[in-house]
Amino acid sequence: MTIASEQKTPSERVPALVEQFKGGLAAPICLTWEWTYACNLSCTHCLSSSGRRDPGELTTAEMRSVIDELRAMQVFYVNVGGGEPTVRPDFWELLDYAVAGGVGVKFSTNGLRLDAERAQRLAATDYVDVQVSLDGASREINDAVRGDGSYSMALRAMENLAEAGLANFKISVVMTRHNVPQLDDFAAIADRFGAQLRITRLRPSGRGADVWHELHPTDQQQREIYSWLTDHGDRVLTGDSFFHLNALGGSPLPGLNLCGAGRVVCLIDPVGDVYACPFAIHDAFKAGTVRAPGGFAQVWRSAPLFAELRTETSGGACRSCSEYSACQGGCMAAKFFTGLPLDGPDPECVKGHGASALAAVHGGLPRVGTDHSRGRREVPLGMPSVRVPAKLCDLSPLAGTA
Amino acid sequence: MQQGTRADASPADAPRVSDDLDAGQEPEIAEELLVEEVSIDGMCGVY
Amino acid sequence: MTQQFEPGCGYELNPAVALRPEPFGALAYHFGNRRLSFLKAPELVELVRGLGSHRCVSDALTAVPEGRRDACLRALASLAAADMIVPQTVRSEEA
Repeated sequence: MTIASEQKTPSERVPALVEQFKGGLAAPICLTWEWTYACNLSCTHCLSSSGRRDPGELTTAEMRSVIDELRAMQVFYVNVGGGEPTVRPDFWELLDYAVAGGVGVKFSTNGLRLDAERAQRLAATDYVDVQVSLDGASREINDAVRGDGSYSMALRAMENLAEAGLANFKISVVMTRHNVPQLDDFAAIADRFGAQLRITRLRPSGRGADVWHELHPTDQQQREIYSWLTDHGDRVLTGDSFFHLNALGGSPLPGLNLCGAGRVVCLIDPVGDVYACPFAIHDAFKAGTVRAPGGFAQVWRSAPLFAELRTETSGGACRSCSEYSACQGGCMAAKFFTGLPLDGPDPECVKGHGASALAAVHGGLPRVGTDHSRGRREVPLGMPSVRVPAKLCDLSPLAGTA
Repeated sequence: MQQGTRADASPADAPRVSDDLDAGQEPEIAEELLVEEVSIDGMCGVY
Repeated sequence: MTQQFEPGCGYELNPAVALRPEPFGALAYHFGNRRLSFLKAPELVELVRGLGSHRCVSDALTAVPEGRRDACLRALASLAAADMIVPQTVRSEEA
Protein backbone atom coordinates (compact mmCIF):
# COMPACT_ATOMS: atom_id res chain seq x y z
CA MET A 1 0.00 0.00 0.00
CA THR A 2 2.70 2.46 0.86
CA ILE A 3 4.42 4.24 -1.94
CA ALA A 4 8.14 4.53 -1.37
CA SER A 5 8.80 8.16 -0.61
CA GLU A 6 12.04 9.61 -1.79
CA GLN A 7 14.13 11.67 0.49
CA LYS A 8 12.95 15.23 -0.02
CA THR A 9 15.39 18.06 0.04
CA PRO A 10 14.40 21.07 2.13
CA SER A 11 13.67 23.08 -0.97
CA GLU A 12 11.08 20.67 -2.30
CA ARG A 13 7.64 21.67 -1.22
CA VAL A 14 5.22 19.08 0.03
CA PRO A 15 1.79 19.89 -1.35
CA ALA A 16 -0.72 21.18 1.15
CA LEU A 17 -3.06 18.67 2.72
CA VAL A 18 -6.03 19.87 0.73
CA GLU A 19 -4.12 19.15 -2.45
CA GLN A 20 -3.35 15.66 -1.16
CA PHE A 21 -7.06 15.25 -0.54
CA LYS A 22 -7.97 16.27 -4.06
CA GLY A 23 -5.76 13.58 -5.48
CA GLY A 24 -7.20 11.01 -3.15
CA LEU A 25 -5.58 9.41 -0.12
CA ALA A 26 -4.26 5.87 0.09
CA ALA A 27 -7.07 5.11 2.52
CA PRO A 28 -10.15 7.05 3.59
CA ILE A 29 -9.82 9.21 6.67
CA CYS A 30 -13.25 8.02 7.65
CA LEU A 31 -16.19 6.66 5.76
CA THR A 32 -19.93 6.34 6.09
CA TRP A 33 -21.19 2.83 6.52
CA GLU A 34 -24.90 2.11 6.51
CA TRP A 35 -25.32 -1.06 8.51
CA THR A 36 -28.91 -1.87 7.56
CA TYR A 37 -31.77 -0.58 5.45
CA ALA A 38 -34.20 -1.59 8.17
CA CYS A 39 -35.66 1.25 10.17
CA ASN A 40 -38.39 1.77 12.72
CA LEU A 41 -39.13 5.19 11.21
CA SER A 42 -40.05 6.39 7.74
CA CYS A 43 -38.71 9.92 7.61
CA THR A 44 -40.02 11.73 4.56
CA HIS A 45 -36.56 12.86 3.46
CA CYS A 46 -34.55 9.71 4.16
CA LEU A 47 -31.39 9.84 2.08
CA SER A 48 -31.11 6.06 1.95
CA SER A 49 -34.81 5.37 1.33
CA SER A 50 -34.76 3.04 4.30
CA GLY A 51 -37.50 1.04 6.00
CA ARG A 52 -37.22 -2.61 5.05
CA ARG A 53 -34.19 -4.80 5.60
CA ASP A 54 -32.57 -5.99 2.40
CA PRO A 55 -32.34 -9.79 2.18
CA GLY A 56 -28.77 -9.47 0.95
CA GLU A 57 -27.36 -7.47 3.84
CA LEU A 58 -23.86 -8.27 5.02
CA THR A 59 -23.73 -11.05 7.58
CA THR A 60 -22.02 -10.61 10.92
CA ALA A 61 -18.98 -12.44 9.59
CA GLU A 62 -18.85 -10.26 6.49
CA MET A 63 -19.16 -7.14 8.62
CA ARG A 64 -16.25 -8.24 10.79
CA SER A 65 -14.25 -8.90 7.67
CA VAL A 66 -14.83 -5.34 6.45
CA ILE A 67 -13.87 -4.02 9.87
CA ASP A 68 -10.66 -6.03 9.62
CA GLU A 69 -9.92 -4.38 6.29
CA LEU A 70 -10.58 -0.91 7.64
CA ARG A 71 -8.28 -1.60 10.53
CA ALA A 72 -5.54 -2.76 8.19
CA MET A 73 -5.96 0.36 6.09
CA GLN A 74 -5.92 2.42 9.27
CA VAL A 75 -9.18 4.16 8.55
CA PHE A 76 -9.54 6.34 11.61
CA TYR A 77 -13.23 5.90 12.19
CA VAL A 78 -16.52 4.96 10.59
CA ASN A 79 -19.74 6.93 10.57
CA VAL A 80 -22.34 4.23 11.06
CA GLY A 81 -25.92 4.78 10.02
CA GLY A 82 -28.65 3.09 8.07
CA GLY A 83 -31.75 2.89 8.36
CA GLU A 84 -31.51 2.58 12.10
CA PRO A 85 -28.26 0.73 12.80
CA THR A 86 -29.23 -0.38 16.30
CA VAL A 87 -31.97 -2.49 14.76
CA ARG A 88 -29.30 -5.01 13.83
CA PRO A 89 -29.12 -7.62 16.60
CA ASP A 90 -25.33 -7.72 16.20
CA PHE A 91 -24.95 -3.94 16.43
CA TRP A 92 -23.34 -3.92 19.89
CA GLU A 93 -21.05 -6.83 19.09
CA LEU A 94 -19.84 -5.14 15.91
CA LEU A 95 -19.37 -1.81 17.64
CA ASP A 96 -17.19 -3.44 20.27
CA TYR A 97 -15.27 -5.35 17.61
CA ALA A 98 -14.51 -2.19 15.69
CA VAL A 99 -13.32 -0.08 18.62
CA ALA A 100 -11.31 -2.96 20.04
CA GLY A 101 -9.45 -3.03 16.75
CA GLY A 102 -8.75 0.69 16.83
CA VAL A 103 -11.43 1.77 14.37
CA GLY A 104 -13.50 4.50 15.98
CA VAL A 105 -17.26 4.34 15.64
CA LYS A 106 -19.53 7.33 15.39
CA PHE A 107 -23.07 6.19 14.91
CA SER A 108 -26.21 7.99 13.94
CA THR A 109 -29.48 6.93 15.60
CA ASN A 110 -33.08 7.97 16.07
CA GLY A 111 -32.74 6.90 19.68
CA LEU A 112 -34.55 3.58 19.40
CA ARG A 113 -32.32 1.42 21.57
CA LEU A 114 -30.66 4.02 23.74
CA ASP A 115 -32.07 3.11 27.10
CA ALA A 116 -30.28 4.04 30.31
CA GLU A 117 -28.25 0.85 30.45
CA ARG A 118 -26.98 1.08 26.90
CA ALA A 119 -26.22 4.76 27.38
CA GLN A 120 -24.06 3.89 30.36
CA ARG A 121 -22.33 1.19 28.41
CA LEU A 122 -21.58 3.62 25.61
CA ALA A 123 -20.30 6.24 28.02
CA ALA A 124 -17.78 3.71 29.26
CA THR A 125 -16.54 2.83 25.79
CA ASP A 126 -13.72 4.78 24.21
CA TYR A 127 -13.62 5.69 20.53
CA VAL A 128 -17.39 5.80 20.34
CA ASP A 129 -19.44 8.86 19.51
CA VAL A 130 -23.20 9.04 19.29
CA GLN A 131 -25.28 11.26 17.05
CA VAL A 132 -29.01 11.56 17.65
CA SER A 133 -31.13 12.74 14.74
CA LEU A 134 -33.62 15.53 15.27
CA ASP A 135 -35.30 17.64 12.62
CA GLY A 136 -37.43 19.90 14.73
CA ALA A 137 -36.89 21.71 18.03
CA SER A 138 -40.53 21.07 18.75
CA ARG A 139 -42.59 17.92 18.53
CA GLU A 140 -44.79 19.43 15.85
CA ILE A 141 -42.02 20.38 13.47
CA ASN A 142 -39.97 17.26 14.09
CA ASP A 143 -42.71 14.66 13.86
CA ALA A 144 -44.05 16.16 10.62
CA VAL A 145 -40.90 14.81 8.96
CA ARG A 146 -39.86 11.93 11.18
CA GLY A 147 -43.20 10.54 12.32
CA ASP A 148 -45.33 10.40 15.45
CA GLY A 149 -43.39 9.68 18.58
CA SER A 150 -39.98 10.32 17.07
CA TYR A 151 -39.42 13.56 18.95
CA SER A 152 -40.13 11.91 22.29
CA MET A 153 -37.91 8.97 21.45
CA ALA A 154 -35.02 11.23 20.49
CA LEU A 155 -35.27 13.36 23.59
CA ARG A 156 -35.50 10.34 25.83
CA ALA A 157 -32.31 9.02 24.26
CA MET A 158 -30.63 12.37 24.83
CA GLU A 159 -31.67 12.36 28.46
CA ASN A 160 -30.20 8.90 28.88
CA LEU A 161 -26.94 9.86 27.22
CA ALA A 162 -26.61 13.01 29.29
CA GLU A 163 -27.48 11.14 32.47
CA ALA A 164 -24.88 8.50 31.67
CA GLY A 165 -22.22 11.18 31.29
CA LEU A 166 -21.56 10.63 27.61
CA ALA A 167 -20.11 14.07 27.08
CA ASN A 168 -20.50 15.98 23.88
CA PHE A 169 -22.67 13.57 21.95
CA LYS A 170 -24.01 15.05 18.75
CA ILE A 171 -27.47 16.19 17.79
CA SER A 172 -27.80 16.18 14.04
CA VAL A 173 -30.35 18.32 12.27
CA VAL A 174 -31.24 18.42 8.59
CA MET A 175 -32.08 22.01 7.79
CA THR A 176 -35.50 22.43 6.19
CA ARG A 177 -37.86 25.23 5.34
CA HIS A 178 -39.72 24.56 8.58
CA ASN A 179 -36.89 24.36 11.07
CA VAL A 180 -34.61 27.19 9.97
CA PRO A 181 -36.47 29.51 12.37
CA GLN A 182 -35.58 27.08 15.17
CA LEU A 183 -31.80 27.35 15.01
CA ASP A 184 -31.54 29.04 18.39
CA ASP A 185 -33.89 26.47 19.87
CA PHE A 186 -31.73 23.63 18.57
CA ALA A 187 -28.69 25.23 20.16
CA ALA A 188 -30.59 25.43 23.42
CA ILE A 189 -31.48 21.74 23.27
CA ALA A 190 -27.83 20.90 22.70
CA ASP A 191 -26.81 23.04 25.66
CA ARG A 192 -29.45 21.45 27.81
CA PHE A 193 -27.99 17.98 27.30
CA GLY A 194 -24.31 18.92 27.12
CA ALA A 195 -24.35 17.92 23.49
CA GLN A 196 -22.93 19.47 20.35
CA LEU A 197 -25.17 20.63 17.56
CA ARG A 198 -24.56 19.51 14.01
CA ILE A 199 -26.57 20.93 11.13
CA THR A 200 -26.55 19.46 7.65
CA ARG A 201 -27.92 20.21 4.26
CA LEU A 202 -31.05 18.59 2.89
CA ARG A 203 -30.19 16.88 -0.33
CA PRO A 204 -32.58 15.57 -2.98
CA SER A 205 -31.32 12.04 -2.31
CA GLY A 206 -33.35 8.95 -1.56
CA ARG A 207 -36.83 9.96 -0.45
CA GLY A 208 -35.42 13.45 -0.22
CA ALA A 209 -36.05 13.68 -3.95
CA ASP A 210 -39.79 13.52 -3.30
CA VAL A 211 -39.88 16.41 -0.88
CA TRP A 212 -36.89 18.51 -1.82
CA HIS A 213 -38.75 21.25 -3.63
CA GLU A 214 -41.11 21.81 -0.70
CA LEU A 215 -38.63 21.29 2.09
CA HIS A 216 -35.34 22.82 1.06
CA PRO A 217 -34.62 26.22 2.58
CA THR A 218 -35.50 29.28 0.54
CA ASP A 219 -32.80 31.63 -0.65
CA GLN A 220 -33.59 33.96 2.19
CA GLN A 221 -33.32 31.12 4.64
CA GLN A 222 -29.96 30.11 3.20
CA ARG A 223 -28.77 33.60 4.03
CA GLU A 224 -30.17 33.20 7.54
CA ILE A 225 -28.33 29.91 8.00
CA TYR A 226 -25.13 31.52 6.80
CA SER A 227 -25.59 34.47 9.06
CA TRP A 228 -26.40 32.29 12.05
CA LEU A 229 -23.38 30.09 11.47
CA THR A 230 -21.18 33.14 11.23
CA ASP A 231 -22.51 34.42 14.54
CA HIS A 232 -22.91 31.21 16.51
CA GLY A 233 -21.17 28.56 14.55
CA ASP A 234 -17.90 28.16 16.39
CA ARG A 235 -19.38 25.31 18.39
CA VAL A 236 -21.65 23.96 15.68
CA LEU A 237 -20.57 21.23 13.31
CA THR A 238 -21.68 21.33 9.72
CA GLY A 239 -19.96 18.45 8.04
CA ASP A 240 -19.04 21.18 5.60
CA SER A 241 -22.56 20.93 4.24
CA PHE A 242 -22.82 24.63 3.74
CA PHE A 243 -19.65 25.61 2.01
CA HIS A 244 -21.71 26.54 -1.05
CA LEU A 245 -22.96 29.43 1.07
CA ASN A 246 -19.47 30.90 1.22
CA ALA A 247 -20.22 32.38 -2.16
CA LEU A 248 -22.47 34.82 -0.34
CA GLY A 249 -19.31 36.61 0.64
CA GLY A 250 -18.36 37.82 4.05
CA SER A 251 -16.32 35.71 6.39
CA PRO A 252 -15.95 32.19 5.05
CA LEU A 253 -17.31 29.40 7.20
CA PRO A 254 -14.54 27.31 8.70
CA GLY A 255 -13.84 24.18 6.79
CA LEU A 256 -12.19 22.73 3.77
CA ASN A 257 -14.74 23.65 1.11
CA LEU A 258 -14.11 20.33 -0.44
CA CYS A 259 -16.22 17.42 -1.53
CA GLY A 260 -14.35 14.42 -0.25
CA ALA A 261 -16.37 11.82 -2.14
CA GLY A 262 -14.15 9.10 -3.48
CA ARG A 263 -11.07 10.95 -2.34
CA VAL A 264 -11.16 11.11 1.41
CA VAL A 265 -14.48 9.50 2.26
CA CYS A 266 -17.02 7.18 0.66
CA LEU A 267 -20.01 5.00 1.51
CA ILE A 268 -20.40 1.28 2.12
CA ASP A 269 -24.07 0.30 2.02
CA PRO A 270 -25.81 -2.54 3.89
CA VAL A 271 -25.33 -5.04 1.06
CA GLY A 272 -21.67 -4.16 0.68
CA ASP A 273 -21.91 -1.87 -2.31
CA VAL A 274 -19.45 1.00 -2.33
CA TYR A 275 -20.59 4.43 -3.45
CA ALA A 276 -18.88 7.80 -3.65
CA CYS A 277 -20.99 9.22 -0.85
CA PRO A 278 -24.14 8.50 1.20
CA PHE A 279 -26.11 11.07 -0.78
CA ALA A 280 -25.34 9.34 -4.03
CA ILE A 281 -26.78 5.85 -3.75
CA HIS A 282 -27.21 5.30 -7.46
CA ASP A 283 -25.46 3.27 -10.14
CA ALA A 284 -23.88 6.41 -11.52
CA PHE A 285 -21.88 6.73 -8.30
CA LYS A 286 -21.30 3.08 -7.54
CA ALA A 287 -17.64 2.18 -7.35
CA GLY A 288 -17.86 -1.54 -6.65
CA THR A 289 -18.64 -4.04 -3.93
CA VAL A 290 -16.78 -5.30 -0.89
CA ARG A 291 -17.85 -8.81 -1.82
CA ALA A 292 -15.62 -8.82 -4.90
CA PRO A 293 -12.07 -10.20 -4.72
CA GLY A 294 -9.83 -7.69 -3.02
CA GLY A 295 -12.65 -6.42 -0.87
CA PHE A 296 -13.05 -2.81 0.08
CA ALA A 297 -9.37 -1.99 -0.28
CA GLN A 298 -9.40 -3.00 -3.92
CA VAL A 299 -12.41 -0.79 -4.60
CA TRP A 300 -10.92 2.20 -2.82
CA ARG A 301 -7.63 1.95 -4.65
CA SER A 302 -8.69 0.90 -8.12
CA ALA A 303 -12.30 1.74 -8.88
CA PRO A 304 -12.53 3.70 -12.15
CA LEU A 305 -15.19 5.97 -10.63
CA PHE A 306 -12.85 6.93 -7.83
CA ALA A 307 -9.96 7.45 -10.22
CA GLU A 308 -12.18 9.84 -12.12
CA LEU A 309 -13.15 11.74 -8.98
CA ARG A 310 -9.46 12.01 -8.07
CA THR A 311 -8.64 13.65 -11.36
CA GLU A 312 -8.61 17.39 -11.35
CA THR A 313 -11.69 18.69 -13.11
CA SER A 314 -11.98 21.85 -15.10
CA GLY A 315 -14.89 23.15 -13.06
CA GLY A 316 -17.05 23.28 -16.15
CA ALA A 317 -19.58 26.03 -16.45
CA CYS A 318 -18.84 27.28 -12.96
CA ARG A 319 -15.20 28.01 -13.63
CA SER A 320 -15.81 31.52 -14.81
CA CYS A 321 -17.88 32.49 -11.79
CA SER A 322 -16.18 34.84 -9.37
CA GLU A 323 -17.20 32.63 -6.45
CA TYR A 324 -15.94 29.32 -7.79
CA SER A 325 -13.03 29.13 -5.39
CA ALA A 326 -15.45 29.51 -2.48
CA CYS A 327 -18.01 26.93 -3.52
CA GLN A 328 -16.14 24.63 -5.91
CA GLY A 329 -19.34 24.10 -7.85
CA GLY A 330 -21.29 22.70 -4.92
CA CYS A 331 -22.58 19.20 -4.35
CA MET A 332 -22.62 16.63 -7.11
CA ALA A 333 -25.40 14.60 -5.49
CA ALA A 334 -27.63 17.67 -5.25
CA LYS A 335 -27.02 18.35 -8.92
CA PHE A 336 -27.53 14.79 -10.05
CA PHE A 337 -30.85 14.18 -8.36
CA THR A 338 -32.36 17.47 -9.49
CA GLY A 339 -31.45 16.64 -13.06
CA LEU A 340 -28.67 19.18 -13.35
CA PRO A 341 -25.41 18.48 -15.17
CA LEU A 342 -22.48 17.74 -12.89
CA ASP A 343 -20.30 20.33 -14.54
CA GLY A 344 -22.83 23.07 -13.92
CA PRO A 345 -24.18 24.97 -10.93
CA ASP A 346 -25.55 23.51 -7.73
CA PRO A 347 -29.37 23.71 -7.49
CA GLU A 348 -28.97 25.98 -4.47
CA CYS A 349 -26.30 28.17 -5.99
CA VAL A 350 -26.48 31.42 -4.10
CA LYS A 351 -25.80 33.38 -7.25
CA GLY A 352 -28.98 32.04 -8.74
CA HIS A 353 -27.34 30.04 -11.50
CA GLY A 354 -28.87 26.85 -10.17
CA ALA A 355 -32.38 28.22 -10.21
CA SER A 356 -32.10 29.16 -13.86
CA ALA A 357 -30.74 25.73 -14.67
CA LEU A 358 -33.52 23.99 -12.73
CA ALA A 359 -36.19 25.83 -14.68
CA ALA A 360 -34.75 24.32 -17.81
CA VAL A 361 -34.86 20.73 -16.59
CA HIS A 362 -37.35 18.60 -18.45
CA GLY A 363 -38.16 14.93 -18.53
CA GLY A 364 -37.49 12.22 -15.98
CA LEU A 365 -35.13 12.63 -13.07
CA PRO A 366 -32.72 9.90 -12.02
CA ARG A 367 -34.67 7.25 -10.18
CA VAL A 368 -33.61 6.10 -6.77
CA GLY A 369 -31.32 3.13 -7.27
CA THR A 370 -32.37 1.05 -4.30
CA ASP A 371 -35.59 1.71 -2.48
CA HIS A 372 -36.25 0.04 0.84
CA SER A 373 -39.12 2.28 1.83
CA ARG A 374 -42.03 0.76 3.69
CA GLY A 375 -45.43 1.59 2.26
CA ARG A 376 -46.08 4.01 -0.53
CA ARG A 377 -43.80 6.83 -1.46
CA GLU A 378 -45.22 10.15 -2.44
CA VAL A 379 -44.00 9.78 -6.00
CA PRO A 380 -44.33 6.36 -7.67
CA LEU A 381 -41.06 5.00 -8.92
CA GLY A 382 -40.42 4.89 -12.60
CA MET A 383 -42.78 7.70 -13.44
CA PRO A 384 -41.12 10.52 -15.20
CA SER A 385 -41.78 13.70 -13.33
CA VAL A 386 -41.27 17.20 -14.44
CA ARG A 387 -40.20 19.07 -11.38
CA VAL A 388 -41.49 22.58 -11.55
CA PRO A 389 -41.21 24.65 -8.38
CA ALA A 390 -44.58 25.68 -6.96
CA LYS A 391 -43.58 29.31 -7.04
CA LEU A 392 -40.68 30.46 -9.13
CA CYS A 393 -40.23 33.41 -6.84
CA ASP A 394 -39.22 30.96 -4.11
CA LEU A 395 -36.11 30.36 -6.10
CA SER A 396 -35.48 33.88 -7.22
CA PRO A 397 -31.91 34.76 -6.48
CA LEU A 398 -32.59 38.42 -6.68
CA ALA A 399 -35.27 38.79 -4.06
CA GLY A 400 -34.03 41.01 -1.33
CA THR A 401 -30.45 41.18 -2.50
CA ALA A 402 -28.56 44.41 -2.54
CA MET B 1 -4.43 2.08 21.03
CA GLN B 2 -5.31 1.65 24.64
CA GLN B 3 -7.11 4.53 26.18
CA GLY B 4 -8.56 7.59 24.65
CA THR B 5 -9.43 10.92 26.08
CA ARG B 6 -12.94 12.19 26.34
CA ALA B 7 -13.74 15.08 24.06
CA ASP B 8 -13.45 18.00 26.42
CA ALA B 9 -11.89 20.98 24.69
CA SER B 10 -14.00 22.37 21.92
CA PRO B 11 -12.25 22.53 18.57
CA ALA B 12 -12.26 26.29 18.76
CA ASP B 13 -10.37 26.41 22.04
CA ALA B 14 -6.86 25.38 21.14
CA PRO B 15 -4.86 27.74 18.98
CA ARG B 16 -4.41 27.05 15.34
CA VAL B 17 -1.01 25.94 14.20
CA SER B 18 1.16 29.00 13.94
CA ASP B 19 4.73 29.81 13.28
CA ASP B 20 6.30 30.35 16.65
CA LEU B 21 9.46 32.05 15.48
CA ASP B 22 10.76 34.69 17.82
CA ALA B 23 10.30 38.25 16.72
CA GLY B 24 14.02 38.75 16.37
CA GLN B 25 14.57 35.88 13.98
CA GLU B 26 14.77 36.61 10.32
CA PRO B 27 14.98 33.48 8.20
CA GLU B 28 16.62 33.98 4.87
CA ILE B 29 14.53 31.20 3.37
CA ALA B 30 10.90 31.20 4.44
CA GLU B 31 10.80 27.63 5.63
CA GLU B 32 7.48 25.95 5.61
CA LEU B 33 6.08 24.49 8.78
CA LEU B 34 6.33 20.73 8.65
CA VAL B 35 2.96 20.27 10.31
CA GLU B 36 -0.32 21.33 8.76
CA GLU B 37 -3.56 21.18 10.60
CA VAL B 38 -6.90 20.73 8.95
CA SER B 39 -10.35 21.03 10.43
CA ILE B 40 -11.81 17.56 10.35
CA ASP B 41 -15.20 19.18 10.11
CA GLY B 42 -14.20 20.63 6.81
CA MET B 43 -15.38 17.74 4.77
CA CYS B 44 -18.82 16.69 3.73
CA GLY B 45 -19.84 13.40 5.31
CA VAL B 46 -17.51 13.79 8.23
CA TYR B 47 -19.14 13.51 11.64
CA MET C 1 -4.52 22.54 29.15
CA THR C 2 -1.42 22.91 27.03
CA GLN C 3 1.73 24.09 28.71
CA GLN C 4 4.76 25.74 27.21
CA PHE C 5 6.66 23.33 25.00
CA GLU C 6 9.95 22.40 26.70
CA PRO C 7 12.53 20.60 24.54
CA GLY C 8 14.40 19.73 27.71
CA CYS C 9 11.51 17.58 28.78
CA GLY C 10 10.41 14.20 27.57
CA TYR C 11 7.41 13.96 25.26
CA GLU C 12 5.50 11.18 23.60
CA LEU C 13 2.73 10.68 21.10
CA ASN C 14 -0.59 11.18 22.84
CA PRO C 15 -2.22 7.73 23.23
CA ALA C 16 -5.43 9.30 21.90
CA VAL C 17 -3.72 10.00 18.57
CA ALA C 18 -3.63 7.60 15.64
CA LEU C 19 -0.67 8.06 13.31
CA ARG C 20 -0.99 6.77 9.77
CA PRO C 21 1.71 6.79 7.07
CA GLU C 22 1.04 8.64 3.85
CA PRO C 23 3.28 9.05 0.81
CA PHE C 24 4.57 12.39 2.02
CA GLY C 25 4.67 11.76 5.72
CA ALA C 26 1.75 10.88 7.96
CA LEU C 27 -1.72 11.83 9.07
CA ALA C 28 -2.36 12.19 12.77
CA TYR C 29 -5.92 12.06 14.05
CA HIS C 30 -6.73 13.01 17.63
CA PHE C 31 -9.72 10.99 18.82
CA GLY C 32 -10.39 13.32 21.71
CA ASN C 33 -10.65 16.67 19.99
CA ARG C 34 -11.16 15.40 16.42
CA ARG C 35 -8.24 17.40 15.09
CA LEU C 36 -6.37 16.18 12.07
CA SER C 37 -2.75 17.05 11.42
CA PHE C 38 -0.54 16.34 8.48
CA LEU C 39 3.11 15.62 9.19
CA LYS C 40 4.91 16.60 6.04
CA ALA C 41 8.29 14.95 6.40
CA PRO C 42 9.20 11.31 6.97
CA GLU C 43 11.94 12.31 9.40
CA LEU C 44 9.38 14.20 11.47
CA VAL C 45 7.19 11.11 11.54
CA GLU C 46 10.10 8.96 12.74
CA LEU C 47 10.96 11.60 15.30
CA VAL C 48 7.43 11.65 16.67
CA ARG C 49 7.21 7.87 16.79
CA GLY C 50 10.45 7.60 18.72
CA LEU C 51 9.89 10.55 21.06
CA GLY C 52 8.72 8.44 23.96
CA SER C 53 11.91 6.42 24.05
CA HIS C 54 14.14 9.45 24.59
CA ARG C 55 14.74 11.21 27.87
CA CYS C 56 13.96 14.54 26.30
CA VAL C 57 13.15 16.11 22.96
CA SER C 58 16.62 17.53 22.54
CA ASP C 59 18.07 14.04 22.78
CA ALA C 60 15.64 12.79 20.18
CA LEU C 61 16.62 15.61 17.85
CA THR C 62 20.25 14.50 17.67
CA ALA C 63 19.13 11.85 15.20
CA VAL C 64 17.90 14.56 12.85
CA PRO C 65 20.34 16.20 10.40
CA GLU C 66 21.44 19.50 11.88
CA GLY C 67 19.96 21.58 9.06
CA ARG C 68 16.53 20.15 9.77
CA ARG C 69 16.46 20.41 13.52
CA ASP C 70 14.97 23.89 13.69
CA ALA C 71 12.10 22.96 11.41
CA CYS C 72 11.46 19.77 13.38
CA LEU C 73 11.56 21.65 16.65
CA ARG C 74 8.98 24.13 15.43
CA ALA C 75 6.86 21.28 14.16
CA LEU C 76 7.02 19.55 17.53
CA ALA C 77 6.02 22.75 19.26
CA SER C 78 2.92 23.04 17.12
CA LEU C 79 2.09 19.37 17.70
CA ALA C 80 2.37 19.97 21.42
CA ALA C 81 0.08 22.97 21.15
CA ALA C 82 -2.46 20.75 19.39
CA ASP C 83 -2.17 18.09 22.14
CA MET C 84 -0.84 15.61 19.61
CA ILE C 85 2.29 15.05 21.67
CA VAL C 86 2.22 15.28 25.43
CA PRO C 87 4.71 15.27 28.29
CA GLN C 88 5.81 11.75 29.09
CA THR C 89 3.78 10.15 31.82
CA VAL C 90 5.73 10.13 35.03
CA ARG C 91 5.88 6.53 36.09
CA SER C 92 5.91 6.95 39.80
CA GLU C 93 7.54 4.22 41.85
CA GLU C 94 5.79 5.27 44.99
CA ALA C 95 2.50 3.82 46.08
